[in-house]
Amino acid sequence: MTLASPTIRPVASASERTPVLQIRNLSVDYGYDDNAVHALQNVSLTLHAGEVLGLAGESGSGKSTLAYAATRLLPPPGVITGGEVLFTSSRDGHGGDLLRMSDAQLRAQRWRDTAIVFQGAMNSLNPVYTIGKQLIDGITAHSPRGQKEAAKRRAMELLDMVGIPKDRLSSYPHQLSGGMRQRVMIAMALALEPEVVIMDEPTTALDVVMQRQIVEQIMSLKNELGFSVIFITHDVSLLLELADRIAIMYGGNIVEDASAREVYREPRHPYTAGLLHSFPPLHGPRRELRGIPGSPPDLMHLPTGCNFHPRCPFAFDACTTIDPVLGPTRFEAEEPHRSVACLLHDPAAAPGPVPVELGVRPPGVSPLS
Amino acid sequence: MPTPHEEVTKSDTRLDAPVLETIGLTKHFPVHGSRTRAVHAVDGIDIQLLRGKVAALVGESGSGKSTVARLIAQLLNSTSGVIKLDGMPVKAHAGRKFRRYVRNVQMILQDPFASLNPIHTVRYVLGRSIRIHHPKARKAERDELLKGLLTQVDLVPPERYLDKFPHELSGGQRQRVAIARALGATPKVLLADEPVSMLDVSIRIGVLNLLQNLKLKFDLAILYITHDIASARYFADTTMVMYAGQIIERGPSERVTQNPAHPYTQLLIASAPDPDQLTGRDERPAKGEPPSLITPPPGCRFNPRCPFAMERCLSQQPPVFQVGDDQEAACWLYADDASVDREAAFGARA
Repeated sequence: MTLASPTIRPVASASERTPVLQIRNLSVDYGYDDNAVHALQNVSLTLHAGEVLGLAGESGSGKSTLAYAATRLLPPPGVITGGEVLFTSSRDGHGGDLLRMSDAQLRAQRWRDTAIVFQGAMNSLNPVYTIGKQLIDGITAHSPRGQKEAAKRRAMELLDMVGIPKDRLSSYPHQLSGGMRQRVMIAMALALEPEVVIMDEPTTALDVVMQRQIVEQIMSLKNELGFSVIFITHDVSLLLELADRIAIMYGGNIVEDASAREVYREPRHPYTAGLLHSFPPLHGPRRELRGIPGSPPDLMHLPTGCNFHPRCPFAFDACTTIDPVLGPTRFEAEEPHRSVACLLHDPAAAPGPVPVELGVRPPGVSPLS
Repeated sequence: MPTPHEEVTKSDTRLDAPVLETIGLTKHFPVHGSRTRAVHAVDGIDIQLLRGKVAALVGESGSGKSTVARLIAQLLNSTSGVIKLDGMPVKAHAGRKFRRYVRNVQMILQDPFASLNPIHTVRYVLGRSIRIHHPKARKAERDELLKGLLTQVDLVPPERYLDKFPHELSGGQRQRVAIARALGATPKVLLADEPVSMLDVSIRIGVLNLLQNLKLKFDLAILYITHDIASARYFADTTMVMYAGQIIERGPSERVTQNPAHPYTQLLIASAPDPDQLTGRDERPAKGEPPSLITPPPGCRFNPRCPFAMERCLSQQPPVFQVGDDQEAACWLYADDASVDREAAFGARA
């Protein structure tokens, strides 16, 4: 039982650095008037080719909103109020700003370039159609007319790929188990070999054993087909295993963006550090955990300044007035690829050096510069 | 039917005796449109809950762990088996008997968004609990109790929360109100059915720590039902693992999680995400899905998925074998005459 890909991956190889999806200053409101809830505020995120990018956060942190806004699937009253989402194909270089595409362009782009695996497979499959019909429907919509037979063959191939017997093509969703339904969803998303697959909590409703099977399947398919993944979940421990890079969201902002190993070993944001202390370990010493005091913020009444300051053990005066932006850490010279949104890492605002907990250095580097 | 007086004299009050005990608890749900077929949701469960101890019941969804909680709470009629409270068999589904029972055995449900009535304030919800379980208390006393309950679950100052409606509270606060409501009955036993799985990850530990403190303070016996075996290790003294309606392994939490004996427990632990164990993962593939509980497989119910399944696993149901000092597993690999198979399966470890 292992993830199909080796667990130690190079942090930055050349191919990983080609961006396929660039989200820039994306802002989303729910509601139209003055009382609109600012669900996302100037969020920027880049997905590189072949990368698994984890997006972690609690409910209400905006992680699903980000995925739906970036693919323009956000239902009203969600409104995209600004920003751009640039898709650049790593195969032939085509692409464009998803937020400015016409409906026809968008229809062609969906499934072919970016696909999405939704949260509850139970609710995302149509209960009155067989899974075969639903699979073939999507494929024929994107292929020239009169290709029904080919589409059916492709659908069978897809089921086979995710480990479901081909004869299940004529099954209805209720005849499949939760794990199989989720596999069908994954097969649908991969039907046109997209370059970017967004997975919105694909394993949340499943048991750990099934979760492991599905995650392994996703990773082996990723290695085989070479797509990039944005994996959204609230389970940071799962992300630590499968993601190359993790972005942590809190209250509609990305607060930290670093490689999976760095997030786990050397968190820079107090929220990340708190989150890591919220998961009881399965091995190693049994120690008392504290979690994070307080509750996640109410987006209707966000605190002033940093959204996290009411729960932050390191908060100081400036945190209540200045809203930190995503920027370099205090150790920029050694980790230029990392970013964090915390005033403790802003030399101009911070009252002193970075607290020890947030300044853990990689082995071999001198502590606290 | 014993009078309350008899019940007290007869009941077992030794300190080490279980507060609540089930013997051979079984629940078969009839299948619609069939007289003979039934869903074997829970089959012969023996559980002992001790004063001041947390026992975890771990299993996948559909393994029957919530049905066990509902049976113990007497919300469902058992098909067979006995539930003993303080050594006395109890069957109480309605009326006074039921009320006397629930005064001792309270339940916390998974979803605090659904378990609190949205049209009532916290004051009303907790006031009901106090009125029902402390009928003789006067108004002033009730007010004191009310504030005491909120303070116990760390909702301070209580005045701030008394007149709130559930929708004005966060998920963690709501679950705390639900816990306070259960405490209103001053129970001996708390049945916590996935009490934190609907909460945000950053506040789960807070609620578990609260339950831990309440356990120490009131000497509660807690049944902690969960699908997350890591949280069972953190919170529970003993852990029982359930598969397809049966308990297949039990023991001290640390032993069960660090040295799992049953192949299913091993699979469960190997599947849980664990960032510290990125390398050296078990290479055994996890195949298959839980069996149908209408026609469970003969023999051991785990045999279709078990990598070590032997001849007799397919036909005979394994009894419970002692594995270590306090650990037991229902697996043929631990039979006295199976040491060769055991070594073949686990190497020299066992």
